[in-house]
Amino acid sequence: MTATQDAPASVTEIGRDRRRKEDQRLITGRTRWTDNIQLPGMLHMAMVRSPFAHAKITAIDTSAAKAATNVVAVYTGKDLDESAGVLINAWAITTDQVAPDHPPIPADRVSFAGEIVAVVVARTPAEARDAAELVDVDYEELPAALDLKEAAEDKVLAHPDLGTNKSALWVFDSGEAGTGGNVEDAISKARTDGILIEREYRQQRLIPAFMEPRSVVVDPTGEQLTMWSATQIPHILRFALAATTGVPESKIRVIAPDVGGGFGGKLQVTPEEWTAWWVARQVHKPVKYTETRSESLMAAHHGRDQWQKLTLAAEKDGSVTGLKVELLADLGSHVAIVGGGVPVLGAFMFNSIYKFPAYHFACQTVLTNKTWTDAYRGAGRPEATYAIERLMDELAVELGVDPLEVREKNWIKHEEFPFTTVAGLEYDSGNYEEATAKAKANFGYDELRAEQKRRRDENDPVQLGIGVSTFTEMCGLAPSRVLGQLNYGAGGWEHASVRMLPTGTVEVVTGASAHGQGHETAFSQIVADRLGVRFEDVEILHGDTQVSHKGLDTYGSRSLVVGGEALVKAADKVIEKAKPIAAHMLEANVDDIEFKEGRLGVRGTDQGVALAEVAMAAFAAHDLPDGVEPTLDSDATYDPVNFNFPHGTHLCAVEVDTETGQVKMRKYTCVDDIGNVINPLIVAGQVHGGLMQGIAQALFEEAVHDESGTLVSASFVDYLVPTAADTISFDVDHNTTPSLTNTLGTKGVGEAGTIASTPAVVNAVVDAVRAFGVSDIQMPCTPERVWRAIHAGDAGGADPTTGGAAPHFDESTGHEGQTDRTDGAGQ
Amino acid sequence: MARIELTVDGAQVSDDVEPRMLLVQYLREKLGKTGTVIGCDTSNCGACTVHLDGRSVKSCNVLAVQANGHEVTTIEGLAEPGSLHAMQEAFHECHALQCGFCTPGMIMQSVDLLNDNPNPSEDEIRNGLEGNLCRCTGYHNIVRAVQAAAAAGATTAQPAAEKVEA
Ligand code: FES
Ligand code: FES
Repeated sequence: MTATQDAPASVTEIGRDRRRKEDQRLITGRTRWTDNIQLPGMLHMAMVRSPFAHAKITAIDTSAAKAATNVVAVYTGKDLDESAGVLINAWAITTDQVAPDHPPIPADRVSFAGEIVAVVVARTPAEARDAAELVDVDYEELPAALDLKEAAEDKVLAHPDLGTNKSALWVFDSGEAGTGGNVEDAISKARTDGILIEREYRQQRLIPAFMEPRSVVVDPTGEQLTMWSATQIPHILRFALAATTGVPESKIRVIAPDVGGGFGGKLQVTPEEWTAWWVARQVHKPVKYTETRSESLMAAHHGRDQWQKLTLAAEKDGSVTGLKVELLADLGSHVAIVGGGVPVLGAFMFNSIYKFPAYHFACQTVLTNKTWTDAYRGAGRPEATYAIERLMDELAVELGVDPLEVREKNWIKHEEFPFTTVAGLEYDSGNYEEATAKAKANFGYDELRAEQKRRRDENDPVQLGIGVSTFTEMCGLAPSRVLGQLNYGAGGWEHASVRMLPTGTVEVVTGASAHGQGHETAFSQIVADRLGVRFEDVEILHGDTQVSHKGLDTYGSRSLVVGGEALVKAADKVIEKAKPIAAHMLEANVDDIEFKEGRLGVRGTDQGVALAEVAMAAFAAHDLPDGVEPTLDSDATYDPVNFNFPHGTHLCAVEVDTETGQVKMRKYTCVDDIGNVINPLIVAGQVHGGLMQGIAQALFEEAVHDESGTLVSASFVDYLVPTAADTISFDVDHNTTPSLTNTLGTKGVGEAGTIASTPAVVNAVVDAVRAFGVSDIQMPCTPERVWRAIHAGDAGGADPTTGGAAPHFDESTGHEGQTDRTDGAGQ
Repeated sequence: MARIELTVDGAQVSDDVEPRMLLVQYLREKLGKTGTVIGCDTSNCGACTVHLDGRSVKSCNVLAVQANGHEVTTIEGLAEPGSLHAMQEAFHECHALQCGFCTPGMIMQSVDLLNDNPNPSEDEIRNGLEGNLCRCTGYHNIVRAVQAAAAAGATTAQPAAEKVEA
């Protein structure tokens, strides 16, 4: 038998800038957001939330709400039973970690402003919201633990029963681990005979602010209880529901339909989901809850929020001899699912791309009466990168050399890979020299430095600043063994299935769960190449545990490097299964069968069959060799042995108006090494969006609480997600050294931009005004803070932000001013 | 309750609505026009942007009763079924969307922008989209898409021919 079909075109899909498969439904409004779901008899929930950061609930009167029109039920924390379950922390970073219980609705005490105290169930969302206003709650206010440093001293307890706010102290010491020397020795030597840089930096509290508010629908009427949720983690959600609410896992189906962004913010198991799960089982009807934006900003987890105490020791020539990092990390009111693990993910990255001989890291996690914190794009690594890249700039100033020069002196040279770092990780590949050279050329580094000098010499009121960030990160969460050593509650593998349908198309199931990343496109490209089928003939299925029964979801830049590799392995198994059938069809020896571009051929002849024909033969199963299963379908679960380590050189130029403190982005250039690229278009998009979020931390965003613990920035009027008018277009390029830890040679890209950009921008702002005696400006570098820094000649941003963190200093709005972006909004 | 009659995506519709019902709620809850979404409660995000008599409005900032007697176009009626408006095409071509949640509002606002100014500079595009937030794309490719659509001469919304039984 010979092939009857044309061989597929041999254009490789990997590396092509394919337009996305998922766009069609999104640009035409044929979307499936959780909030779009309507089911017969569906009821709607509204939450009553605490206005106090810390208070005893002394009484709740629900009678008026219960009597309101079309209200079906009202529940408080006292009504919940064991079947309501609890919210889990999956990563106790130390075995003695202190964590308060976390019921979906507390019965007697609230511990942050925004916590749910009652839920109203009604026939329409409006009726539920109206009735929620009628719930009368009596509180007895308690002193609240709000300031992170004071909370760490246990001045006021966030949870009095626990006796302390200190949750866990996590320590790594290179001397003890045998990965390097003793940092104290390095510090004392530098104190007498070298350079010692001691700094304290603030990582302000941020809000992920995904555009789709969280939403959950629970249908208890089927044989399986079904939850739709705007989540990044349907599989972990299902596991946690089973583990805590007594419903067998096999009776639970979780679906993440179209999900409108996450950035770590939807990597959570939430009180809202648990409440909906329980309520639906009480009322025996489908229920829906969709949060408002202010509820989202108040109650969905926040990110960052650290104080970083840093000591960098160096020789007089600029060779770094040691780095000591002491962190305080704010957990908020509860230890969230990853919670204290977020700063620990940064523990391995403070040494970044450098060859430091000694390293010490200690992180104290602290409970407060603020919104809980957890992963936000980068999760631990932006904080680490910020600290070291700010310090390297300070070292360059101390030495009087160019910031790139001191970095080069300390970084790992390309011929030194693989390199085991002082934090104990093995970096497989990279080329910092090449990426930096390319970035300098693209940026016009020397020209901009010349312009900077000219403006300084001329005392130009608008000064130019140039910021550098040479970052690396570890990504692809995975290695299960490493996660186990860190006491993480789960593995990090990923699962894939490839199903060969009899008519020649291919169904691929992945355990990764996309929410904007473009998996359907990039994964189709990988499978199309691997099996020699058309891109259009591959369908990617995900996000529904009834279809994708096994997976660990999407976060930590893992989908491609772990999930993509699982696809490759599953596809390879399909080919292996096809070989004996093809050999039988071709009357050849199985050892002579080779697979190329979608065809199984007999080596050295032009005899062959298309994979689709073998799939059809397996489907018919009329004439298969003895003992061969009638299917080509294959599964693979992949667990990598190592992380991968993207890196890059980011250069930022800003113009600072020294008279107003206004910062204007002038140019942003980056050259990232993310290994082999599957789809350059998607990669560029990930970089752009990532950059913007990092820039937002540097210049715009901050979650601000008032002295009673109320979130002041609880709307988009005050929480300043940048607009198109706030920024510029980016100059994005790549330098490629393939990763050696996976067969595709890829590295993660989802978080790179965010990790790299924050220090590049702040370094640029500080560089612009250093001549005024400024060596630090607290983030976000608002015009007010920049202006104060210039005029006080110090780290002017030391005061906490008051009011909103205004990006545009405008005399008409004053120091407290906020930009009201409803103007020009087409009204 | 108040009786309203209006045209939505080319179809005549009529309903009794509560006076406080927002246009966006009317579109989503009564008409099932779930292509238009809600991203905030302070009229800051622009996710709900539609056209009212051919001009962009934030439909969370308009009462359903205010739309009485008017013509509303949503993302679902921007082009005839099975075809794409040049702006939708440009968003796809330029990879101007990731999660896609801001996209319907962003496209409707971009169409309006070009109706006003068929040849905008990058600054004019950025300022014209200031009322629409996107958390995914960093706006870079959205700006490219509007430039591409402008180059292709996309200025007016094609009248929707969709017939909807409301
Ligand atoms: S939902 Fe209308 S502006 Fe945000
Ligand atoms: S594409 Fe996700 S918010 Fe714009």
